[in-house]
Amino acid sequence: MKEIRTAFLVILVFSLLLGVVYPLLLTGIGQLVFPWRANGSLVSVGGRVVGSELLGQSFSSARYFHGRPSPSDYDAMASGASNLGPSNRALLLVVQERVDRIRSKNGLPSGTPIPADLVLSSASGLDPEISIESALLQVDRVATARGLDVAVVRSLVERMVVGPFLAAFGDRRVNVLRLNLALDGLT
Amino acid sequence: MTKAVLSTLELLLLLFPVALLLGGYMARVFRGERTFLSSGLRPMEKLVYRLCRVDEAREMSGRSYALCVVATTLGGCLVLLLIQLLQGILPLNPQGLRGVRWDTALNTAISFGTNTNWQAYAGETTMSPLTQMLGLAVQNFLSAAVGIAVAVAMIRGFARKEAKTVGNFWVDLVRSVIYILLPLALVLAVVLVSQGVVQTLRAPVEARTLESARQVIPMGPVASQEAIKELGTNGGGYYNANSAHPFENPNGLTNLLENFALLLIPTALVFSFGIMVGNRRQGRALLAAMLALFALGLGLSFWAELSGNPLLADAGVLAGANFEGKEVRLGIPASALWAESTTATSTGAVNSAHDSDLPLVGLVQLFNMGIGEVVFGGVGVGLIGMLFYVVLAMFVAGLMIGRTPEFLGKKLGAREMIMAVIGILLPPVILLSGAAIALLLPAGLAGLGNPSAHGLSEILYAYTSAVGNNGSAMAGLSANTPFYNLTLGLVMLIGRFATLLPGLAIGAAVARKRTVPSSIATFPTTGPLFVVVLVGVILLVGALTYFPAFSLGPILEHLFLGAGRLA
Repeated sequence: MKEIRTAFLVILVFSLLLGVVYPLLLTGIGQLVFPWRANGSLVSVGGRVVGSELLGQSFSSARYFHGRPSPSDYDAMASGASNLGPSNRALLLVVQERVDRIRSKNGLPSGTPIPADLVLSSASGLDPEISIESALLQVDRVATARGLDVAVVRSLVERMVVGPFLAAFGDRRVNVLRLNLALDGLT
Repeated sequence: MTKAVLSTLELLLLLFPVALLLGGYMARVFRGERTFLSSGLRPMEKLVYRLCRVDEAREMSGRSYALCVVATTLGGCLVLLLIQLLQGILPLNPQGLRGVRWDTALNTAISFGTNTNWQAYAGETTMSPLTQMLGLAVQNFLSAAVGIAVAVAMIRGFARKEAKTVGNFWVDLVRSVIYILLPLALVLAVVLVSQGVVQTLRAPVEARTLESARQVIPMGPVASQEAIKELGTNGGGYYNANSAHPFENPNGLTNLLENFALLLIPTALVFSFGIMVGNRRQGRALLAAMLALFALGLGLSFWAELSGNPLLADAGVLAGANFEGKEVRLGIPASALWAESTTATSTGAVNSAHDSDLPLVGLVQLFNMGIGEVVFGGVGVGLIGMLFYVVLAMFVAGLMIGRTPEFLGKKLGAREMIMAVIGILLPPVILLSGAAIALLLPAGLAGLGNPSAHGLSEILYAYTSAVGNNGSAMAGLSANTPFYNLTLGLVMLIGRFATLLPGLAIGAAVARKRTVPSSIATFPTTGPLFVVVLVGVILLVGALTYFPAFSLGPILEHLFLGAGRLA
């Protein structure tokens, strides 16, 4: 029928315009005007790509600040959340275990409340940032492990704080990879 | 609470002025008048007509218009299905991905063709850049344009007098794409790239982290898709984590812009409606009703989410803040605002994990989708759904004052009433039956990601999202199985046509009618009383339909949490 033929012609023409011309035009603009951003905001150290500024990565050494728990352990090809519901026993058990571990690793007395972002996993599993509270909590541990003055590490953290956008979107936070790179720059 | 109020105000302050301007522009576009972009875009529009052999002067009856809608939707699904199945032998596949499994491909084809964008797959490891660009992104545009076109045809029905036609589908479709969606998407996408949304055809990059672990970083033409994904109230993420992924939504600015973009066209269309029917106050009255429902849901979400989870507080989490499934750069208020906006419209994009939201927030999301996403709503379909409720509300008001119901000078008869009731009641019947079947079958229960009341919410959410063509999920449900792919696929198709076709039928029916002059006895449809009746009807229909199901899911879980008990 005539309408069916038109439908397929429209799909074909728009596939070319919207599926080829439009994304390629944008790729061109992106690569020309914002090449670093368009290619994943990659961070290199000595010519080696160490990650993306925008993606979290796993840190476990005492010498580094640690990011948030990740359901995929920061596998960037497997983004996603834990999807555990708020009344799920599995969530409460794993949170309890993380709270205990963070208290013991950072020498905090039992009963100290832990900032939520440090013991609850993110929506992407790749959150690159932690709240300022979660960073300050780790300052003593990192300073000791590196033999640095606590005040030096603390002021480094405070220099790297980013605030909420328009005072409304996001929390006061630091980028974990940027912070750890700055730390490596100190020693 | 300050951030909650502030983020909402900032969003609305950005939204309403722009939507007002866009609404006027869209009214001009669909009346075929010149706009400031015409000199550049008119030649492109004419070229498309010539290539597709469309006669732009031809007018269509409601029936022909409907046939074109069905042909374009199903044709789009078919093309998308083939691209996915053949992915393995098509170019631009740097990861060497194989063709998508048949049931996943079928589900995805229907999902993107119907503007649902439910995703049973994970983008990173399933879809090649070619499939994303040529398949998924194209349907993001086309399915949105189909929705806008049908809404415009329905509006024309109310605007015209004793007319046999409602416009030309191909013209409405082509204008939606060329004058509205494409320019907006281009501008938004460039801003998104500047903030860190990826736009490249490169293969994934391998990084060696500071602790010498291997991390493979995904790439792709993401920004081009992200822009239309929000503008078209589609919601299908390039990556599995959707708009929570830092490469899709890297900071507070992109979050605000994406949230704004997904509300923009639905809101603007309400202004266009007022202009096109020659009664701007009518558009504002509908908007007032939408805003009231939006504020109601948002207020409850904020209150619930910001009071935290007592079980987490007991476990040693500071203030019991419900940060599971949320990103630090977005925070809890912006996540709740997003969830309200995306379920009020039919955008399946998520910037937090809905499965980990507190139960009352889940309740609001289910309710927003369950009433048919008429609060702003999906592009086009939201306004259509709202007009169904207007017909119902006028019928109820007509019964109370003992007069034949009328709206915008058109007497509403049995045909309009039947179509509105189909549009309002068929989706809930389908979704509740679908969820009930899934709950009875081992194949349905096998997908559960959480136990007890929350598990019921997961299944209910899946079918609600599918029939409402929303596409978000309580993603703990493992839905990439033949059972879920096929049942949800069918439900998405029914949900789409249960809105579009009755909408067209009403438009065509009222177009044929004369306009009766309003008299002193006419029920005024632009005042506060109308808004109250309309909101009341929507709340009543929603509550009567869903209370039993909701009480076993989110409400029960809320009571568990309040008592400090695990489910």
